[in-house]
Amino acid sequence: MKTIGRLTAVGLLAVAISGPAWAARTDLVLAMPLEPPHLDPTASAAAAIDEVFYANVFEGLTRIGERGEVLPGLAESWTISDDGKIYTFKLHSGVKYHDGTDFDASDVKFSLDRARGEKSVNAQKALFSAIDTVEVVDPLTVKVMLKQPQGSFLYNMAWGDAVIVAPESADTNKEKPIGTGPFKFQNWAKGSSITLVKADGYWGSPIFLNKAEVRFIPDAAAAIPALLSGDVQALPNFPLGDALPQVQADPRFKVVIGSTEGETVLATNNKRPPFDNLKVRQAIAHALDRKAIIDGATGGLGTPIGSHFAPHNPAYVDLTGTYPYDPAKAREVLKEAGHPNGFKATLKLPPVGYARLGGEIIASQLREVGIDLQIIPVEWPVWLKTVFTDKDYDLSIVAHTEPNDIDIYGRKDYYFQYDNPAFDKVIADLNLTSDETKRTELYKQAQKILAEDAVNGFLFELPKIGIWDAKIEGLWQNSPIQANDLTKVKWVE
Amino acid sequence: MMTFVFKRVLFGLTTLVLASAVVFAMLQVVPGDPARLMLGMNATEDQVQVLREQMGLNQPLVLQYLDWAGGLLRLDFGRSYTYSVEVSELVGERLAVSLPLALISLGLSTLVAIPLGIYAASRRGKTADAVSMGAAQIGMAMPNFWFALLLIYVFAVWLRLVPAGGFPGWSAGVWPALKALILPALALALPQAAILARVTRSAMVEVLGQDYIRTARAKGMTARSVLWRHALRNALIPVLTILGMQFAFLLAGTIIVENVFYLPGLGRLVFQAISQRDLVVVQSVVMLLVAAVILVNLLVDLSYALVDPRLRGNR
Amino acid sequence: MSFASPPTTLARPTGLRLLASRTFVAGAVLTGLVLLTAVMSLVWTPYDITRLVVADRMQPPSFAHWLGTDHLGRDILSMIMLGARTSIAVALVAVGIGVGIGVPLGAYAAARGGFVDEALMRFNDLVFAFPSLVSAIMITAIFGPGAVNAIIAIGIFNIPVFARVARAGALSIWPREFILAARAAGKSDIRITAEHILPNIAGLLLVQASIQFALGILAEAGLSYVGLGAQPPMPSWGRMLYDAQTVMLVAPWLAVFPGTAIMATVLGLNMMGDGIADALDPRARGRR
Repeated sequence: MKTIGRLTAVGLLAVAISGPAWAARTDLVLAMPLEPPHLDPTASAAAAIDEVFYANVFEGLTRIGERGEVLPGLAESWTISDDGKIYTFKLHSGVKYHDGTDFDASDVKFSLDRARGEKSVNAQKALFSAIDTVEVVDPLTVKVMLKQPQGSFLYNMAWGDAVIVAPESADTNKEKPIGTGPFKFQNWAKGSSITLVKADGYWGSPIFLNKAEVRFIPDAAAAIPALLSGDVQALPNFPLGDALPQVQADPRFKVVIGSTEGETVLATNNKRPPFDNLKVRQAIAHALDRKAIIDGATGGLGTPIGSHFAPHNPAYVDLTGTYPYDPAKAREVLKEAGHPNGFKATLKLPPVGYARLGGEIIASQLREVGIDLQIIPVEWPVWLKTVFTDKDYDLSIVAHTEPNDIDIYGRKDYYFQYDNPAFDKVIADLNLTSDETKRTELYKQAQKILAEDAVNGFLFELPKIGIWDAKIEGLWQNSPIQANDLTKVKWVE
Repeated sequence: MMTFVFKRVLFGLTTLVLASAVVFAMLQVVPGDPARLMLGMNATEDQVQVLREQMGLNQPLVLQYLDWAGGLLRLDFGRSYTYSVEVSELVGERLAVSLPLALISLGLSTLVAIPLGIYAASRRGKTADAVSMGAAQIGMAMPNFWFALLLIYVFAVWLRLVPAGGFPGWSAGVWPALKALILPALALALPQAAILARVTRSAMVEVLGQDYIRTARAKGMTARSVLWRHALRNALIPVLTILGMQFAFLLAGTIIVENVFYLPGLGRLVFQAISQRDLVVVQSVVMLLVAAVILVNLLVDLSYALVDPRLRGNR
Repeated sequence: MSFASPPTTLARPTGLRLLASRTFVAGAVLTGLVLLTAVMSLVWTPYDITRLVVADRMQPPSFAHWLGTDHLGRDILSMIMLGARTSIAVALVAVGIGVGIGVPLGAYAAARGGFVDEALMRFNDLVFAFPSLVSAIMITAIFGPGAVNAIIAIGIFNIPVFARVARAGALSIWPREFILAARAAGKSDIRITAEHILPNIAGLLLVQASIQFALGILAEAGLSYVGLGAQPPMPSWGRMLYDAQTVMLVAPWLAVFPGTAIMATVLGLNMMGDGIADALDPRARGRR
């Protein structure tokens, strides 16, 4: 039967390969699973907006590069005062918005003030919380005064939520986004696709594509035929999992596995019994077989993690061995915790593949040690309400995709309900430390505390699975930020 | 006759009013806050309140209902929370996919099913009858999303004749747009055609058994002309009834097939709107669909009444 | 009281005709097979599907796993057997809701007539006017996805169907002579309905039940396919098809078996319904 499957696949490929050859193309169709609700990156948490527009249509003062580094954006350079509280940005000259209006320092002031203002609906308002005032020095110079020094300020300004928009078009960006980037927005066929075309007179280095169409294909089942039939030439970041073997052997395509900032955890309600008992959490940690979870939930592509930290980060420590997989030990620890016969609990799962698949596997693994989980699948709105806001849950599975977000464990009202003064101390120290070696040391301490406290079940780093035509170059391998940067993408023969 | 029409229209309107209340009430109890959903995990509660205020979600429910229902009367369907455009505009865009899709699949199924049903009826009890009705049985039993998958792999992936899904829009040209609708229309047409063929056949068998047909045969008319001129015309009413019902169903019942082909149709609009808690869109589209069903039923009732005056009184 | 005992439609001659109908027998055999697997899964399945062996994932059919394994290493045969239970339970209870509420409503409306009848018909119009799939999705949005809510969503739309059939059937029986006689004997409407009307429309209802049962199986599969039906770890054929479609080229068996199971069940039920309908009305034989 397997051979038959293979033969069919080979047959299909043979037919497919004989398709027309693409020479020196300048157009690209890529597919994403989620459609943006609207097109204004400064007014929504939807990652899909950034995935279409970041760096392509909208630009910020700074930007994030492929490896997560902070690069100059609309600001060609900057200086920082000695006390770390004043940032002076020198802006590029000759920058125009797509509607022909000029970009200058007043737009920067407008954008930053708008994002942190009282009426702001910016989903990442916290990014701007350190800003005290923004001052236009001259049309190409802007000065930002901070309330206190903030090590991550330049990084914050590189987020998609911090892009610079014009006062003339800010209110209509939801429908007709006007930015300063190398692509301009052409058309949004709602429910179907967004088309970008090359913008005239772009200030930066020229791009290779004349036209890029982003199609919204809800799941892998539909995306694979679209790719195989040639309708779509790139799936830059698609949760393909099990479907991968279908295209992996196909020489027409390049499969690129990269990293994301998504720490996937078995989120645990640390204040709700019996999970307030460290031994219970340790028992769960011992019961989790990461390899099986990764194989089943990500097609074997995730990287195991032992704490809440990205493995590609220089300050990462491998803590996966803190409570190694050992069901017998788990049962024993559970007995010590006062649950010799195990217990019942619920597992609320948001509607994403890794959570739903991982949830089934974890339920099976915990059942082995006597913990009987009832799986409750929920939609995102319900998850946000019950789990995240009301903290009405026992266990859940979710990937935390914000970069460098270990500090969420120090937030008192966060839905993990974790409270450890020793950890808070480390985070407080981190905020006051600028020395890199010391920071790395503190990050390592923080990771260790979380791992030993078994705050959550630490599962894996979500992989970025990209598949595209083998003749395409310039798409990102990793996903340091939610984006599909098309500015370097080209077809090669 | 006029009182009959008047009564039916009145019933239709009552149903619409009741339906609007039911839909509104149902959506009020759906858990989840549209504002929180738009702002995500990092926004504060104050920010969510600001947005709720902007969206008019903090008004009393009765006001919200009257606001919306009053708008409907003026053909103002409200504004989508998530897309922030007029619902009528969204619906218009989606109908440009759903309406042609419904018509094409209806056309396809009619084209196949009616001749097949007539043929089977004329061959009643013979092998051809058994084979075609057996095929209809299978057509009814096959889940259409499964059939859709089969079509995709054969015609899009293997033969590369048509796209595997998506819709380029009518602006891309009539032919590319039609090409994108062929497979979904086929998938939708299969079960419809199966049902239609069975109805046509039984209606024909019924009519062929009637006295006047026997008389016509006895008077020396050929079997063929009896079949086409007398029998078909009289068998048409049940067939048209089914067609009307299928059309109403196709406007929104296509969610699953639209999902398989990721078509931007009306069904998927409602599906996404529900999961994004875009309540205004859900309410208004459901009302439109209810209105469409009522209208189709009204037309069917009227056509009954025209054919058979006895039915005018009751029902 | 010479005409006290009217012939019921499901009396012996009908039974014999049923057995003579090849359509019915073939349908009954198919449906019986599915029922048997569902019942068997209560006591035995080849594997325990709640114990995932991820290492054995996506194996083609073999001696160990007759129908292969899925993406989480579960035995497909066991999944199909348990899925039969889910499908049948959902569709059957949904039919039960339709019969349990719809038939009394329809019979009552037919007995009372007038305003009650009119009100029922308007209620029917209201439910019929709602797009069923959209409403089902709204219902699952309110209560959360799951088998029970799928039952409610499908069941609600069965109510007007049975109400309509029961009412039409009852209306055609009421003017008959033996009913008039029963009335003359002083029997109440409720008693007449229970003793004379219902037995006479039982056949009609049975045909409708087999149709709604089949539609229920398809509806459950559709809801599960879009993720709103039965939830893991409870297997469902629709869900299995959804999971299978991403691996159509590498593991086609994952799509073939559940699809066949759905088709066989629906086919069997429809054929049974046809057979019963033919047996009830021999003149109409072959009309369907």
